[in-house]
Amino acid sequence: MVAAGSGLPPFERVVEDHGPALLRFCTAEIGPERADDCFQETLLAALRAYEGLRDPRATRAWLFSIAARKAVDLHRERARSPRPDPDLEALGAVGAAPEPDPALWSRVRSLPPKQRQAVTLRYQADLSHREIARVLGISEAAARRNVFEALARLREELRR
Amino acid sequence: MSWARAGRPISRRARARRLTDMTNTDLRLDSRSLEARLRRAPAPTDRLERARAALATRAATTGLVDVAFARHASPLGTLIVGVTPRGVVRVGLPSEDEDAVLDELARRISPRVLASPAGALGRARRQLDEYFAGRRRRFELPLDWQLAQGFRRAVLRATARIPYGRTASYREVAARAGSPAASRAAGSALANNPLPLLVPCHRVLPSSGALGGYRGGADAKARLLALEGAR
Repeated sequence: MVAAGSGLPPFERVVEDHGPALLRFCTAEIGPERADDCFQETLLAALRAYEGLRDPRATRAWLFSIAARKAVDLHRERARSPRPDPDLEALGAVGAAPEPDPALWSRVRSLPPKQRQAVTLRYQADLSHREIARVLGISEAAARRNVFEALARLREELRR
Repeated sequence: MSWARAGRPISRRARARRLTDMTNTDLRLDSRSLEARLRRAPAPTDRLERARAALATRAATTGLVDVAFARHASPLGTLIVGVTPRGVVRVGLPSEDEDAVLDELARRISPRVLASPAGALGRARRQLDEYFAGRRRRFELPLDWQLAQGFRRAVLRATARIPYGRTASYREVAARAGSPAASRAAGSALANNPLPLLVPCHRVLPSSGALGGYRGGADAKARLLALEGAR
């Protein structure tokens, strides 16, 4: 049991405040068919580690650090399994909702990991560069550079 | 992100790309529309509710939730029912702010407060429904008394023994809790009853015969007493 008087808000509020961005992040990172797994595993891990959160103001960066690790794990699993056709895949597995922009997101998912995560954290989870830096364990300048490089690369690929 | 932001180290490769891009007059628009496309949500909102429901179910089986809560519709309005592994720990009346109730649980018990899975807390919810339908005269639920200590707890325990449809005065309750002179303290304990309805503090009235106060408002108190045929 987490000690009472830790000053942390009820965990339900973490889900309420950050759940929408977290599900968007998971969907963007690993696709709609596995996003629910990523969402649940992130929040279960966060619930387990909640007492380790010292500063409630850092909740978002803390939560997305966990999410980024879970996404990497799930991404690796996915890479190990035979790769389906990205367009078919973007249509979603049975029961999963299709993405509105499959062409873009299948390209995002092919970016180098740091760039991919930087871009999803920036645009889907709406994190600041400083928060992205914290999540990815890199400098703020490196976070900016990763977003920048990812955009440049996506622009190039989409133009082809 | 924009080109205009200065003071950012740019790799040689990026600088080369930047020069190439500069020649493209569509660049600014292109960059903005790409960012707009990236911001568009790939997750429809109805999926969020499903994902949260699945989380509640999984979390409940892990033993990681110290307080599970459910919202329950009643004739008084929406109640919040909070349970710990020991029993019902809190009933929030419609007059109470939900955020404040959850904050209190986090502060006084544990911040691991999470919505319970659909269908959980069935026994408590069923008994509340039966009570409001006039089909139940006493609750048979395990209670967790940890939000009331000492004399306050004694007052609540004494209150829990007032039968359905009967009333007692603050002085009587104070006496049954062991301090006949402490009717004011008894009133304060009842005003902060963490388990209204289950511990029927609405059955305690001033000896003047007036209705007296109630955490859920005087109107709710009058309705409950009328339901029980007490007044």
